[in-house]
Amino acid sequence: MAAVNSPARSVLRPPTPWHQQPLARSLLYHGLVATAALIMLYPILWLVGSSFKPPDEIWTNQTAILPIEPYPQNYPNGWAGFGGISFATFYRNSLFYATLGTLLSVSASTVVAYGFARVRFHGRRLWFAIMLLTLMLPTQVQIIPQYIVFKQLGWLNTFYPLLLPRIGGSAFFIFMIIQFIRSIPVDLDEAAMIDGASKVGIFLRVILPQLTPAIITAAIFSFYWTWDEFLVPLIYLNSPELYLVSLALRTFSDPSGQTDWGAIFAMSALSLLPVFVIFISFQRYLVEGISTTGLKG
Amino acid sequence: MAVASLPRAKRRKRSSFGQDNLVGYLFIGPWLVAFFLFTFIPIAVSLALSFTDYNVLSNSGEFIGLDNFQRMFFEDRRYARSVNATLKYVVFAVPLRLVFALGVAMLLNTWRRGVGVYRAAFYAPSIVGGSIAVAVMWREIFGNDGLVNFTLNLLGIEGPNWLGRPETAIWTLIILAAWQFGSPMLIFLAGLKNIPKHLYESAEIDGANAFQRFLRITLPMLTPIIFFNLIMQLISGFMVFTQAFIVTQGRPLDTTLFYALYVYRRAFELNEMGYASAMAWVMLMVIALLTALVFRSSSYWVHYESDEGPT
Repeated sequence: MAAVNSPARSVLRPPTPWHQQPLARSLLYHGLVATAALIMLYPILWLVGSSFKPPDEIWTNQTAILPIEPYPQNYPNGWAGFGGISFATFYRNSLFYATLGTLLSVSASTVVAYGFARVRFHGRRLWFAIMLLTLMLPTQVQIIPQYIVFKQLGWLNTFYPLLLPRIGGSAFFIFMIIQFIRSIPVDLDEAAMIDGASKVGIFLRVILPQLTPAIITAAIFSFYWTWDEFLVPLIYLNSPELYLVSLALRTFSDPSGQTDWGAIFAMSALSLLPVFVIFISFQRYLVEGISTTGLKG
Repeated sequence: MAVASLPRAKRRKRSSFGQDNLVGYLFIGPWLVAFFLFTFIPIAVSLALSFTDYNVLSNSGEFIGLDNFQRMFFEDRRYARSVNATLKYVVFAVPLRLVFALGVAMLLNTWRRGVGVYRAAFYAPSIVGGSIAVAVMWREIFGNDGLVNFTLNLLGIEGPNWLGRPETAIWTLIILAAWQFGSPMLIFLAGLKNIPKHLYESAEIDGANAFQRFLRITLPMLTPIIFFNLIMQLISGFMVFTQAFIVTQGRPLDTTLFYALYVYRRAFELNEMGYASAMAWVMLMVIALLTALVFRSSSYWVHYESDEGPT
């Protein structure tokens, strides 16, 4: 590339405009994208920052992210909760529900996905189409009759109405895992078949070990959708000892009752922590999961 | 492998894919059971309820024919307002979200250093977006003396009462939705990476500028993904609930009384489950109709490569 840099060339060619030079372009790009990213993140950073502001700063030093005088006392204040129940209870409930719910959803989805992806049976196409259709169903058409039945069974204020519907997996995860299984070469199944493996054996020994990325992706999504779930818990869990973090935050931040904004911010920020920890530790799986199983095929 | 070189038809026959009804139904069994118990039967019951005046408290449930629908379409003013609010929300929030998603995805479709960090930053609002924490925060940000008005005040502008005025309240929710474009963005990004480089190279040789390349290559190649994202976002747009429930509670003057919120109010606050079921069924029909329309329209604008059509 000596010719390009030689003085003779630069005389012959007009100089490259500044915005087309690699360094300038790179600076321009990073400047623009980083600013946009900061604007996107600002509300979240602001929430976390505000949770460390003392009561007077919340209204006077409002735009700043960092507090002038950090005030961690907001956290114990908020943790105390309301009505004599602390956030320890709400976190225990949420962890219990999100963990068990995720376990149920993901394990059922994996089994069902294998059935759809690798076993041929009468009606497979029909059931598959119906399953995809359920993705579009508004919860509202199912939830009213479900509520009536669960109420008759005396299951209000229990976790059964929230957990039981998960025994069949979730259409979204089933679909995602099916897409993933389809990308695994059938040759492997066939080799195992020749070695005398049954369908169940193929599932357990050939397919399942390769599904780790898809299962992790589904588990992450399931965990934080369950963690954030609101409508269904709102309907079934009415006594504060059973509240999930989401329900507790709603009551805790009720403008008519609570005015300690520092404590509200503190508990809000804290409720996002598990989601962020998972997001940061599994980001690679997430992006790959969405990109490879979300659309292909 | 010898097997791989056999003709496809022959391979099929000796492959592991013989009919296996028992095993198949055992594997999909859990889904099938849950589908009937928690989806199919409830939907059927919901349809039946929509012709009754069932109320959980009074336990009446008499057949009243089409009265619920008559009331919904001709008498209930709040219902009309709720439909209006929902339509307005969907019409603005869904396109905004998709435009942001595509724009940012194109910016991030590069191999520069640091792109991974940016991607995470743009996606972050979406992973927390559905949470109560963010809704509570949003209510504060747009509150009368919240962050937005405080900032405007510093600039010498007196901000309106965002959540209290009928013209502005719904916009706080539309902005909240537009802020969470992470999932469609990731899907667009994957789609952009799949567009063969040689298309751009030959277009460049032919003298196409950046805008022409976007219009003639990027957009057509992305149509299947735009289609997918559009359907997903439309459906979730019609079902929006939590944000309105926390941030505006349907106020003011029902301008943010989204459909799902109104169904919830009727069913679980006023116990009118018959009427609420009728409303839910109308919602189901509208979503089905709309999705069918988008699907029908797809043959006019969605471009599939001939060798890998829809499967």
